Amino acid sequence: MTEITITSYIILGTALFMLLNSAAVAVYAERRIAGRIQNRVGPNRVGPFGLLQPIADVLKLILKEDVTPHNSYKLIHTIAPIIPVVTALMTVAVIPFGEGIYATDINAGVLYLLAVASLGVYGVTLAGWASNSKYSLLGGLRAAAQMISYELPLGMAVASVVLFVGSLSVVDVAVAQENWWFVFLNPVGAIIFIIAAFAESNRTPFDLVEAEQELVGGFHTEYSSMKFGMFFLAEYMHVVINSMLMTTFFFGSYHLPFAGYWLPEMGTAAKAILDITVFTGKTAFFVFLFIWVRWTIPRFKFNQVMKLGWSRLLPLSIINFIVIAGILFFFFNG
Amino acid sequence: MHDIIAFLPGVIIAVVGLIALLMEAYKKSADQIYGLTIAGILAALGVAIAALFGDSGTAFTGMIVYGGVASFGAVVILLGSLFSVVVSRDYLMEIDLHRGDVYSMILLSIVGMLALASANDLISFFLGLETMSICLYVIAGLIKDKKTGAEAALKYFLLGAFATGFLLYGIALIYGATGHTNLTEIAAVAEPTLMFMGGSALLLVGIFFKIGAVPFHMWTPDVYQGTPTTLTAFMATAAKSATFVAFVLIMSRMLPESDTDIWTNVIQVVAILTMVVGNLIALAQDNVKRMLAYSSIAHAGYLLVGLAAGTPEGFTGVLYYLFAYTVMNVGAFSVIAYYERNKGLDFTEIESYAGLGFKFPLMGVLLSIFLFSLVGIPPFVGFVGKYYVFAAAINAGLIPLAIIGVLASAASAYYYLRVMVYLFFKDSHKEYSLKPASLLFSSAVVLMAALTLYYGIEPVLPFSGLIELISSYYSL
Amino acid sequence: METYAFVLLAVLAIATALGMILNKNTVNSALLLVLNLVSIAGVYLLLQAQFLALIQILVYAGAIMVLFLFVIMLLNVDEEESLFDKFRIKYLVAFLLGVVIFGQILYSLGGVTDMLPEVSSEMVQIGTVEAIAEVFYTDYLFAFEMTAILLTAAVVGALLIAQYKVKDSGETE
Repeated sequence: MTEITITSYIILGTALFMLLNSAAVAVYAERRIAGRIQNRVGPNRVGPFGLLQPIADVLKLILKEDVTPHNSYKLIHTIAPIIPVVTALMTVAVIPFGEGIYATDINAGVLYLLAVASLGVYGVTLAGWASNSKYSLLGGLRAAAQMISYELPLGMAVASVVLFVGSLSVVDVAVAQENWWFVFLNPVGAIIFIIAAFAESNRTPFDLVEAEQELVGGFHTEYSSMKFGMFFLAEYMHVVINSMLMTTFFFGSYHLPFAGYWLPEMGTAAKAILDITVFTGKTAFFVFLFIWVRWTIPRFKFNQVMKLGWSRLLPLSIINFIVIAGILFFFFNG
Repeated sequence: MHDIIAFLPGVIIAVVGLIALLMEAYKKSADQIYGLTIAGILAALGVAIAALFGDSGTAFTGMIVYGGVASFGAVVILLGSLFSVVVSRDYLMEIDLHRGDVYSMILLSIVGMLALASANDLISFFLGLETMSICLYVIAGLIKDKKTGAEAALKYFLLGAFATGFLLYGIALIYGATGHTNLTEIAAVAEPTLMFMGGSALLLVGIFFKIGAVPFHMWTPDVYQGTPTTLTAFMATAAKSATFVAFVLIMSRMLPESDTDIWTNVIQVVAILTMVVGNLIALAQDNVKRMLAYSSIAHAGYLLVGLAAGTPEGFTGVLYYLFAYTVMNVGAFSVIAYYERNKGLDFTEIESYAGLGFKFPLMGVLLSIFLFSLVGIPPFVGFVGKYYVFAAAINAGLIPLAIIGVLASAASAYYYLRVMVYLFFKDSHKEYSLKPASLLFSSAVVLMAALTLYYGIEPVLPFSGLIELISSYYSL
Repeated sequence: METYAFVLLAVLAIATALGMILNKNTVNSALLLVLNLVSIAGVYLLLQAQFLALIQILVYAGAIMVLFLFVIMLLNVDEEESLFDKFRIKYLVAFLLGVVIFGQILYSLGGVTDMLPEVSSEMVQIGTVEAIAEVFYTDYLFAFEMTAILLTAAVVGALLIAQYKVKDSGETE
């Protein structure tokens, strides 16, 4: 573990601040893009181009009455919305945003990401259970099943990346992609990772958790006011985080394509600005992808989701892992 | 020797087991998987028999031993498994369990047994034991449309998990006292401190549970009764042999000279309890399967007599007895399975055996051979086994123990012979028609009977070799 | 700094463990157990055993306890009745056994005076993924592979037990 310096705190603080705001931006983007896709305008009244819409949303949520259902488990009902927000925020600690720009570099960073992601499921599950409502419970159980199922292919896809890097440090993962992004070396892994990431963040086409036709609002049926706002926030933060992870693991992190071959030496400041711009640009693209998919692809049935996860993606990801391991061992040994 | 070759029987069985799982997943017929299972066990058996005459040593950085005792254990386990699997086909077909996944479960549990019977480290001992036990829990619960099946699985699982807790705690204490998990390294530094003795005691509790010694025997009858009969044979022979071989390895390798006495004192008491209680309760049983379950408790007691001797001679006797017990017990269970197959699962009450001996004389005669051997009447292998075990006890100065053993086995004659009385000397009240047994089944049972007879007279033959072979492992 | 963190985590671990046992609501108990596991993972982190800490969270808190919660919620377990309604001799025995084990732990801890050992560079080395992987694939290879077989057997066995329905009720599989 590297020493924790003042710089680490500054980077961490900035990253957390940006992440919280990016959720608001993502909400705005979602509504505008959804409007575009559906041939309508979308929010455009609050501020120029409706840019202040998220603030208005938050204001509205705060002012609403906070209803806790009768006979619910009040403590857990209150704690549940905080969990996904916290886990999303925790993720930022190990992601490198540029050369040398990271809060901390831990020796098992990849595992840290997986471990934190695996805790996120508690929020949804507990929210579903504590609400004392059958819709919420079903939504929560679905969420738990889905997130546990897709953690496995996700983990295997990440493991196949780790094979190339030879280290579990996220910083090393980023550095290793200077010449070749892993999406070129490991396309199957990338596809599996993207699909699993969609399922992990409970977004369409895997948003069974809150399928309106069946479950009203799913796990957050009984939530209102800022508690609902927390879930809302967490969902968009997970979208942003998962976009960051896709960028980090498969799309070169802060590197331009094949940057090692052609990018000239640059000063530290210029490089930092370039790196952060590249990283942010890629993340923004994947956030757009999330939104794009949501408004164009219909939802699966639950059994299809499970079947896809367990009997398609999981074997595929294991085979992919073994093939890559074999190739690396026999052809690039050492 | 390469490490994989040192554990080749286990590797073969593991690979075959996984292939069987895949074949089941791709819906191959059960007969194909059955054939594969038998071929795999035969191959592993061949390798193990070859290893009997090879050199011995440790492999996998001291985690396991190979050759010698371990190979003999592997042979006994594989022999028991082979016979149980061969006779299983017809029986399992009758109860709709002739399925690939059942056989792959059996194979995986054999892997555990082989690891257990070659453990030279408390870690591999525990892992082998758990692999074996978990598969056996499943096998015990295979019959689901009867309450006895569910009872067997649940009882076995809960009590087994509890015993595993003791075992692990014991291992943890031993590790705490010595700083090692490797048996020989423990022996080098172990001192009879409180912590080490406490660990040993808990370890013994775990082992006693797995071999069904009194007072940890409560699960045995229910589990044996609820399990499909041919798989009960598997459980009673292969699993018990594996645990006993591991017990022998632990006693002969882990204990420093000074501690052996304390262990043998404990084992003596347990042996007496086991023999007496097992035989006494068996006397009162009217259900043949339950009777055999209690008798298997009693047999565990005889085996413990050999261990209580704590001498190389005693260990030799135990190993020989395991071989004898495996052959005759699988045989007895097979014939019971054959009768059951004809009349449904509840056909194990002793009354229903009235007059069956003459219906299909071959099976009646074979069952009698196995039962005589279980009693320990010459010239059957059971007698030879008992002779070696008790002789070892007497030479070690445990004369009262040997006397109790002989008395107990004399009492056992009552309930074994009672079955024969029903078979041949009682008239049946109903007319049964027995389906003829398949050729494979009959030949397997005949082969077991032949082994029972051959090894019963082998010691007096000029070229007797088995006992010399086993004792040679200890003369090094 | 590290001592304060340790005291905090240790108190949290003990408090959640006690809370888990004493709580009558099964879901609360499960959640307290999760907290307990996480705080123990924190203690591992203080000892620089990063891999162990992360695996603890990933496997126990992230997977096993979710499964527990799942089962509790599906079965809708009622609040359990108090264990100590009436005095029975076995509670006394259980209590005494607990005291013995507690004493054993205290005894083995008796010699330790420092709260936290000085984390040497050697200890840091042992906690890394590389060091753990190395012993896994050399010294403990056999145990590692046996564990693989054990887990396979357990998974297949669980399916085998759960998969086929009882035929008496006439339902199809």
